[in-house]
Order: sequence, then structure tokens, then C-alpha cells
Amino acid sequence: MSECKTIDARDTFCPGPLMELITYMKQANVGDTLELLSTDKGTASDVPEWIKKVGHEMVSSEKVGEVWHLTVRKTK
Amino acid sequence: MRILVVGGGCGGTILANNLARRLASEIRNRKVRITMLSASDKHMYQPGLLYVAFGQMMPDELYRDQESLLEPCIDFHVDPVEEFHLDQNKVKTKSGKTHEYDTLIIATGSRIVPEEVPGLTEGSETFYSEASAVKMFKRLREFEGGKVAIVVGVPHKCPIAPVEITFALHDYFKARGIRDKVHIKYHYPIGRIHTIENVAIWAKPEFDRIGVEYETLFNVKEVDVENQIVKSEEGTETEYDLLISIPPHRGMEVIEKDKLGAGGWIPTDRYQLTMEGHDNVYVLGDTTNLPVSKTGSAAHFEAEVVAENISSIIKIGAPVREYDGKVYCFIEAGHDRATYAMFNYQNPPNLKSPNKSMHWFKMSYNKMYWTSVRGLL
Ligand SMILES: Cc1cc2nc3c(=O)[nH]c(=O)nc-3n(C[C@H](O)[C@H](O)[C@H](O)COP(=O)(O)OP(=O)(O)OC[C@H]3O[C@@H](n4cnc5c(N)ncnc54)[C@H](O)[C@@H]3O)c2cc1C
Repeated sequence: MSECKTIDARDTFCPGPLMELITYMKQANVGDTLELLSTDKGTASDVPEWIKKVGHEMVSSEKVGEVWHLTVRKTK
Repeated sequence: MRILVVGGGCGGTILANNLARRLASEIRNRKVRITMLSASDKHMYQPGLLYVAFGQMMPDELYRDQESLLEPCIDFHVDPVEEFHLDQNKVKTKSGKTHEYDTLIIATGSRIVPEEVPGLTEGSETFYSEASAVKMFKRLREFEGGKVAIVVGVPHKCPIAPVEITFALHDYFKARGIRDKVHIKYHYPIGRIHTIENVAIWAKPEFDRIGVEYETLFNVKEVDVENQIVKSEEGTETEYDLLISIPPHRGMEVIEKDKLGAGGWIPTDRYQLTMEGHDNVYVLGDTTNLPVSKTGSAAHFEAEVVAENISSIIKIGAPVREYDGKVYCFIEAGHDRATYAMFNYQNPPNLKSPNKSMHWFKMSYNKMYWTSVRGLL
């Protein structure tokens, strides 16, 4: 059964939001959805760039207040 | 009050010693007892492995007897925990003993899992254990030139290690007079050459200056050992003659087996450092799931907060401090220069140019660690 997990990567400089996402992606199963929370302005472009290159799916991206909410699905 | 510390590494040792001093009178009056369970009678200074890989430190310099580092009132046992029963406030150990506690601190660290990447164990050199660092040194000595590739698994402890090893390799081959025969290529998982933006901004022109090639968005997927090719999840590949890896990590198996946290990373409150859902369980160092560097430095600052809070809860019934995400990392920029990165949850590091005095400070710290881990520094 696919799961939806939230990764709280707000206020982190190291390992940083994309590194956190990669960590949790490795633990996830194909079909799982991950929501990444980030306060880093670069995340909105860094994450879609990686998702596209590696071949997972970008589900949504929105900024609520100061926090980016990026939802991605593991496809392979 | 029974305080049980599981893990006698960097975080667990600093915590136990700090607590023993704060609670000296309570321990004397037998109101408090501190017990530590660990997996080894030796304590390893892990950052020293970087120097072992270049023949600059001998492996025996990395160790002290764990008991010699602890306040005498701490009841220390080499008897690793095999079962956590958090609902019953007790653990079971390898020898079959049961230890009950009122307050538990888990500081079991992390382990390398190169086997998660096919071919990485056989195909690469690393420096994340004593045996591998010695092996890497011997391999470097024999290397007469060719393509060196550096790859980085996720997650990994010591996030500065990828850039440090790259600068060190450059200086090593230069000192041997064969740098012009060596092509160094650095690969990094995200879209810049280091996850800390200011480290990336500083290191990129340095890499350009010393002729290190780099490829970003490279997550190592497999190593074709026979053909000496490393492949990425992103679909690219690099040929090598010598592959150096920072292996991916997990928390300890017992953490995963007892379902304390996926991947061995325990869900931890980022300010109080309590385990989520368990107010009498604290988590320190590498085994937390915090978005904080897996470093001895983070473990050290976390240990101080936890010790102060456990002690204040005993003395006044309330915690007094929060962890602010503080980390201080030396960055060796080769064999004779260094800088540092200091940051917390709110403030990014502001990098200074590397210099010789920071390098000598780091070399001194390599010795001062033993004072620090005793809780005296
Ligand atoms: C090559 C290298 C370079 C590094 N460089 C730096 C650096 O420059 N700066 C820096 O700050 N950090 C550095 N680090 C990282 C640092 O060493 C670790 O992050 C730090 O040791 C983590 O502390 P810890 O207490 O969480 O775990 P550890 O220090 O690893 O201790 C874990 C302890 O738990 C015990 N244990 C394990 N399983 C059990 C069990 N089941 N029951 C009981 N006990 C158990 C182990 O025996 C050990 O004593 C480096 C690490 C490496 C490998």
C-alpha cells in the first residue's frame, strides 16, 4: 500500500532539504508520496530539477506563508 | 532515579560525564544512578580516520579505553542492547540482562551500509572504518596515476568529508609529484558541490583552481567493478581507475528491528531532543532523525543540552534549555590549511578563507578531543 509521508526540513542548512528528500526517497516504496517542507528559497527550483533528472514525479509545489510544500511521488 | 545511557561514543560519553558532575551530590546520596551500556570497551576518535587514510596518523592513536574516559561513578558495561521495551521502561542486553530505567538516553550512532549500492564494497576505497582507511592508504601509495572518482552516498555522517577528502587527495598526489598524472573528479548528490550553500560557494573556485572536475546531481546507483565504471541514479556514468566513496549510512540494526525509527533514525523533537511520543527518552547524535549534520560536534552540543535538562528536571522539575541546532565543523582544505563552518537552525555559516592556524587548531583538537569527551572542555 502506498504511503504519504511529511519531511520537515524547515530551518536546516545541513544536510538541507534536498539531501533530506533523497534520504527519505531511498527509504520509500515505489508509489509512495512524500511532502517536503522547506524554508530554503532554493528548494522550489532544486527539487523539481532533481526530480526531473532522476525520473520521479513532481506532484505539486506551493508556498504557504514562509514555507514551501513540495509533493513528489517515487516512481522507480 | 535510574538514568540509562545506551551508547558510549561521542554523544553518550559527553552526556554521561556532564550529568555525573551536575548530579554529583544526588549520586553520592544514592538518589540518582547512571548506567552506561555500550558495544565496545574502546572509544574511537572517528575524525582521525581521515588522517589514517593518508598515513598521517596511526590507527592506535584513535583509541582510548572507554572506562578511562568516564567519571568513576558511572556504572559502565560492555553489553550492547538487543531489545528496547520503551512501553515497560526497560532494555535487554546481549548477555541476557534486563536494565530498567526512569530516563533513557539513546546514542547508538550510525553505521555504513556500502552493500546498499551494488559493487561499492568491492569497487571502492573508503576511510569510514579503521580497516578501510588503512587499506585506502596502501592503495593510494601504489597509485601512479589515472582517473580518481569520488562519490557520495546519502545519508552520511560528517558532511564536510567529501570536500576534505578531495582537497587532501590533491595535496597528497602533489606531494608525491604525480598530480599532473592524476585526474580527480568529484560527484555530489544535489545540484551544487556541497549541501551548505556557503561551503559550495567557497569550494567551487578552489576546485577550479586545483583542477578538480565536478558533476552534481549524481546519486551513486551501482559500480561496474569489472569495467571500472560508476553509474548514477540520474543516468550518467564515470570511468575510474581509483574510486573513493563516502558510503551511505543507516542507524543501528536494533533501532530498526525494534521499530524505533525507519532507517535506524529515531524521530526526535528538534528542540527538547526527546523521542517523539516518549518524554523520558532522549536521543543524541547520529541516530536522531533531525535535519542536523551527523557530526560529533552536533552530538556534543546536543549532549550538553540534554544533560542540563535532565539535571534541572531532577533539581527543579523542569527543563531549562532548548537545542538550537548548533554545529561547529572544522574544514581541512588540504594538508596545511583549514577553515570552519559554524551554524544553527536559523543562521547559516559564514566561511572565512582557509589558513594555517585553523589547520593547527584542528590538529590540536585531534588531541584535545579526549579532554572534550571527558566533559572538561
Ligand atoms: C571519517 C570520519 C570523519 C569525521 N569527521 C568529523 C569531524 O571532523 N567533525 C565532527 O564533528 N564529526 C566528524 N565525524 C562524525 C562523528 O565521528 C560522529 O558523528 C559522532 O561520533 C557521532 O556520535 P554518536 O555518539 O552519535 O555516535 P558514535 O560516536 O558513533 O557512538 C555510538 C556508540 O554506540 C555504541 N553502540 C552501538 N550499538 C549499540 C547497542 N546496540 N547498544 C549499546 N551501545 C551501542 C557504539 O559502541 C558506540 O560507542 C567523522 C566521522 C568519520 C567516520
